[in-house]
Amino acid sequence: MLRVLGERWRQGYRTIAFPDGEPPKMPPRYRGLPVIDSSKCPDGCRQCADACPTDAITAGDTLKLDLGRCLFCTDCTDACPEGAISFTEDFRLASRGREGLVLDGKAFQRAEALDEKSRKLFGRSLQLRQVSAGGCNACESDINVLGTVVFDLGRFGIHLVASPRHADGLIITGPVTENMKRALKIAYDATPAPKIVIAVGACAISGGPFVDHEQQHNGAGSVVPVDLYIPGCPPHPLTILDGVLRLLGRIEDGRRPLTGP
Amino acid sequence: MSEALEVTSAPSIANGQALPLSEIPWLSENDFRETVVRRVEAGGRLSALFGRPCEDDQRLRLIAVIADPLNATFHIAATEVGDRFRSLTPSCPQAHWFEREIAEQWGVVPEGHPWLKPLRFHPSYREGHDAWGRAVGETILPGVQPAGTDYFKVEGEEIHEVAVGPIHAGVIEPGHFRFQCHGEHVFTLEIELGFQHRAIERRLIGGPHKRTPHYMETLCGDTTAGHATAYCQAVEALSRGEPPIRAQALRGIALELERLANHTGDLGALAGDIGFLPTLSFCGRLRGDFLNTTAMICGNRYSRNLIRPGGVTCDVDDALAEAMIAKVEVTLRDVEGAVDLLWKTPSVMARFEETGQVSRQVARQLGLVGMAARASGVDCDARHDFPTGIYRFAQIPLSVVDSGDAFARAYVRWLEVQRSGKFVLDQMKSLPGGAVRGDVGKLAPDSLVVSMVEAWRGEICHVAITDHEGRFAHYKVVDPSFHNWIGLAMSLRDQQISDFPLCNKSFNLSYCGHDL
Repeated sequence: MLRVLGERWRQGYRTIAFPDGEPPKMPPRYRGLPVIDSSKCPDGCRQCADACPTDAITAGDTLKLDLGRCLFCTDCTDACPEGAISFTEDFRLASRGREGLVLDGKAFQRAEALDEKSRKLFGRSLQLRQVSAGGCNACESDINVLGTVVFDLGRFGIHLVASPRHADGLIITGPVTENMKRALKIAYDATPAPKIVIAVGACAISGGPFVDHEQQHNGAGSVVPVDLYIPGCPPHPLTILDGVLRLLGRIEDGRRPLTGP
Repeated sequence: MSEALEVTSAPSIANGQALPLSEIPWLSENDFRETVVRRVEAGGRLSALFGRPCEDDQRLRLIAVIADPLNATFHIAATEVGDRFRSLTPSCPQAHWFEREIAEQWGVVPEGHPWLKPLRFHPSYREGHDAWGRAVGETILPGVQPAGTDYFKVEGEEIHEVAVGPIHAGVIEPGHFRFQCHGEHVFTLEIELGFQHRAIERRLIGGPHKRTPHYMETLCGDTTAGHATAYCQAVEALSRGEPPIRAQALRGIALELERLANHTGDLGALAGDIGFLPTLSFCGRLRGDFLNTTAMICGNRYSRNLIRPGGVTCDVDDALAEAMIAKVEVTLRDVEGAVDLLWKTPSVMARFEETGQVSRQVARQLGLVGMAARASGVDCDARHDFPTGIYRFAQIPLSVVDSGDAFARAYVRWLEVQRSGKFVLDQMKSLPGGAVRGDVGKLAPDSLVVSMVEAWRGEICHVAITDHEGRFAHYKVVDPSFHNWIGLAMSLRDQQISDFPLCNKSFNLSYCGHDL
């Protein structure tokens, strides 16, 4: 017993202050929100669009990048001769609508909170059932890590529960494989209303690297209505946490200013 | 007779060495079976056994890769079969899971297979050929056995059946577990997978193309460094190139950091599964510290986008190396403090010891690999037996424990944390100079290569075959979990059902790495 207490004293208190205070610094090479500057594109150049493994980029009069398909790799930035695309260190990537994930050079619209009634229900107590429908275990791990001491999801009243019957919503990863389609639908139907659905990662939003494969369905939206989209491959745990807290109205730009653009 | 078989029937290649297809003799079905069975009996291990269709799509080619750790080579055996062939499994149990896969993918029946069930629950790749006689277009329900097979059942008074999954408690990938129980006592556990099947292997054919490296990184997303390295090794072998030594060191560092992160997380989760929260808490954070160290190199906690044919995409300068060394040193010290509590707490040891035992004999018979095998006293480790890359120059001692129980599987992880930690620090302190990426030429046509990497769960085996244009005609991925799921099933026999989470976590196998 004393040994355990001694070790706890040695390991120290490690929970981050986020969302209060300054957000933790991301590593210098972290790839967050991309910025596009179409004015730099040479005429007729399609290098980035051709290089993108998931065809997330449409080249045309303006460059458009679909965050829901983006794997946050560097194939586009490596291919671009003019630096028209670059990644920032902004980890706040969640969106309420699928269309909101398509960047076209205008400011990115971060996720707004749920309506007032839902915020009253879930704002201080949200139980989520995680469903992996073909996920590769990276998104699952980075959701799981939110329960550990650094992020401590429990302090927001958010818990990951064992049964959809205990849940207020589903948090889905994976492209929805053919073999998980029915199970996902059953889990959704078993969740009592009112309920919410959060799609985490490129797979759950669009199919990710497996987009248009046979034996999968290009994301959670094929089976259930989605309330929050969190892009990434996998999204950093802070991206997931930021998204969920915004959904609950625990973070609002303007009220709690965060550093960054 | 046996000498003739030795010399002519199974050409051998080293890890990461390409072989022209023309040098692989096509054996008769009998000679093929003899070759595989004899070599496994003599101490070899079946690393891959797969099918690919002949040009006319009527017959099937079978290719076996038998690992020979004593000679650090792989023997390749090949044959052609029709719609049925005599199963190797009764003489060579290591073939059992592979033969189920062949049956499912190609619609060919291994006659005499003791337990022929689907593996991933998808339609046959060849229309009109189905190993269970299912019609074209017939609905295939995952976990539902086709006619003629069924879940293993025990009958009797007070026997009950427990079914868990696909969605099971916790944030975890889906799988189905069927227990036959008498009260708390488990007679058998049967595991059905396939829920994560994303049809990746088919999409590799015709590559490499722009998605190929991304498939390799996400087919088993917590083993990105492992599969990316295996893929790059295969491509480099086929293009007769070798990445610069600095890149090889960085690849080794990424692979060992991946091992460190997963082992640390597992040790914590094992503690959690028996209700010992201090270690769970500490390790939950510390796993993240290893992942963040990886992110310092390449911006992504899972080393996505780091390992590519020719080398690695990111370099580490002196300042970054110093920062990483400092971080790893502190993290290792904290892991030691957290994990030490496990061995010193009698209630933890009482749960771990003698739970979920898999004997060395069973581990060898079934061809278990990696940590699970080493925890049953089998000394197999591809870094040692088939070294490539930096492991040719820097050896990590094998971590083997004999007892085969949950304690052994935990303790092997702890030994590996210490040894991999030392390796990472040594490599970071003495990174060789030079470039981190070289050019990759065209891939040799009509060739075969075996690329093996010891990822954190165990041996990954990629087998690539190129066509006459140097594009992939076939690409077989064998994740270590493919070999080891049966080990988990065996470990539950005659155990308490309440020990299932502990046993499951002590293996911590990949569902998606198996299902592809």
